[in-house]
Amino acid sequence: MTARSTTAAVDGAAAGGPLVELDNVSKYYGNIRALEGVSLEVHAGGISCVLGDNGAGKSTLIKIVAGLHRHDAGDLLIDGVRTVLASPRDALDRGIATVYQDLAVVPLMPVWRNFFLGSEPTRGSGPFRRLDVALMRETTRAALLRMGIDLRDVDQPIGTLSGGERQCVAIARAVHFGAKVLVLDEPTAALGVKQSGVVLKYVAAARDAGLGVVLITHNPHHAFLVGDRFTLLKRGIMSGSHTKDSITLDELTREMAGGSELAELSHELERAMGDTS
Amino acid sequence: MTMAAPPVDDRPDGPRGSGGDERLLRVSPLRTLLGRPELGAVVGAIAVFLFFSVFADSFLRASSLGTVLYAASTIGIMAVPVALLMIGGEFDLSAGVMVTGSALVSSMFSYQTTANVWVGVGVSLLVTLAFGAFNGVMLTRTWLPSFIITLGTFLMLTGLNLGLTKLISGTVSTKTIADMEGFPSARKLFASQLTLGDVELKVTILWWAALVALATWILLRTRFGNWIFAVGGNAEAARAVGVPVARTRIGLYMGVAFCAWVSGQHLLFSFDVVQSGEGVGNELIYIIAAVIGGCLITGGYGSAIGSAVGAFIFGMTSKGIVYAEWNPDWFKFFLGAMLLLATLLNAWVRRRAEATR
Repeated sequence: MTARSTTAAVDGAAAGGPLVELDNVSKYYGNIRALEGVSLEVHAGGISCVLGDNGAGKSTLIKIVAGLHRHDAGDLLIDGVRTVLASPRDALDRGIATVYQDLAVVPLMPVWRNFFLGSEPTRGSGPFRRLDVALMRETTRAALLRMGIDLRDVDQPIGTLSGGERQCVAIARAVHFGAKVLVLDEPTAALGVKQSGVVLKYVAAARDAGLGVVLITHNPHHAFLVGDRFTLLKRGIMSGSHTKDSITLDELTREMAGGSELAELSHELERAMGDTS
Repeated sequence: MTMAAPPVDDRPDGPRGSGGDERLLRVSPLRTLLGRPELGAVVGAIAVFLFFSVFADSFLRASSLGTVLYAASTIGIMAVPVALLMIGGEFDLSAGVMVTGSALVSSMFSYQTTANVWVGVGVSLLVTLAFGAFNGVMLTRTWLPSFIITLGTFLMLTGLNLGLTKLISGTVSTKTIADMEGFPSARKLFASQLTLGDVELKVTILWWAALVALATWILLRTRFGNWIFAVGGNAEAARAVGVPVARTRIGLYMGVAFCAWVSGQHLLFSFDVVQSGEGVGNELIYIIAAVIGGCLITGGYGSAIGSAVGAFIFGMTSKGIVYAEWNPDWFKFFLGAMLLLATLLNAWVRRRAEATR
């Protein structure tokens, strides 16, 4: 296990400290230890990957950063200030946007209504305060285009888009609303190899736009393609923490899955690497 | 979705209009129409209208129009908020008896305190809104299904209506308040009648039209409307992007309560006395009107105008049977058949509209 101090010494493009830092954070549900002693840093223009198998505590970690759950011990620092997030709204207001794997959007609503959901721009005042529909439509189209997503029709229900497209819309939404930190919950889990590549490209685009990204995944080769820092979780505790130049893909994979599963994994990995590059 | 390359305009197929997208084929007006939630109801309404035009002689008279519209408006006033609530993904089974309860509160408060009836009307508004808030808060606090919670408040209100009325008035109906101060002006607002040519129109029709317009405005052009669709379509996603889900739901229940108040005051001021056992079963008629109007029973889809068309179908059927001089016992059969047909048509239309987008 690499000490946290080594990761702190290596700083990415960001000037100053991390945007979000977890220091020895723990979370318990009754007598169940969901997460214990986990540390993580997110820097502007960097991608911090959180890797772990099912039940490792990835979801708990994401819920703490997103403001859905409060941590029970340890510190959550935002811009170096110790914070307890009260709600998802609170997290959003502090510039932390979370894109969930399955509940990112409302399927029956048009793309433009989804894009602005919860942050709708209005015109007029008093009883005549109304949605600025023209602005919403135009901004949606422009913001998606800037992320490299050229959508046919912003009026179509978002449920008619493919899984990858929906993820990309959700990422573009977070970028547009000035998120400083983007938390992505298994963005490639339900996707085919090719669509995963597209999503990873938008993740990299968000990083290049200067955001700090937390990428939650159980797929080490996806993580290694884009990540700068890697935090490994196993059964609720942190089993490893590395920077990109201190670990190779093989080592990362080995740390995630031991022994017998390895042969199978490396086989899957070679195939996927061939397709995405 | 395509990659980020700047749009190159060298594709041979399809003209590219200014600002348009060449991949977007021109959507025919018919297709646009098919995508509207209320289409099934409109088709149904036309069918019902033609049916009774043929089979009921006096159905097409101008005076009949006023009667049909009146019957539609008494249901329509409640179908509007019930439709909004359904779009928000919830039910309110207490809506029917809440109307009666609201009328009872105004009548008995005014009678017992011998105050101006407007005081009773005001107290009734507060009490009814409190019922709605209770429904909403119970729902958002307990996470129980709204079906169970409002079934509970439905039974409780039914009992309260009967029990309290008997306790206070001694009988199952309220005492007359027609000779009390403020009655004429309140009657003007809630139960007057205006004559347009030879058509007599009740003021409830205006209330109905205003509520439909207001609800449509809220649904399509305000933030709250956006939240209603989102809460009904995917509450978890809505909460995750910062939509106040609980407040939206409570607001919707209070909307139902407000309209129950309007409806209840009409009941009181048009009949002067209120029967405390009334209203049971009406909650289903409101829901039926909303469903016929194209509201998805699972939430996230529908319109206020659709609920109005649903209520209009209800009005035409209930009065059309009378004009055709049939036994009114057949009414429920017609209503049930209409509900099934409309829902099937809606499902079919929606599938087609979505498949061919």
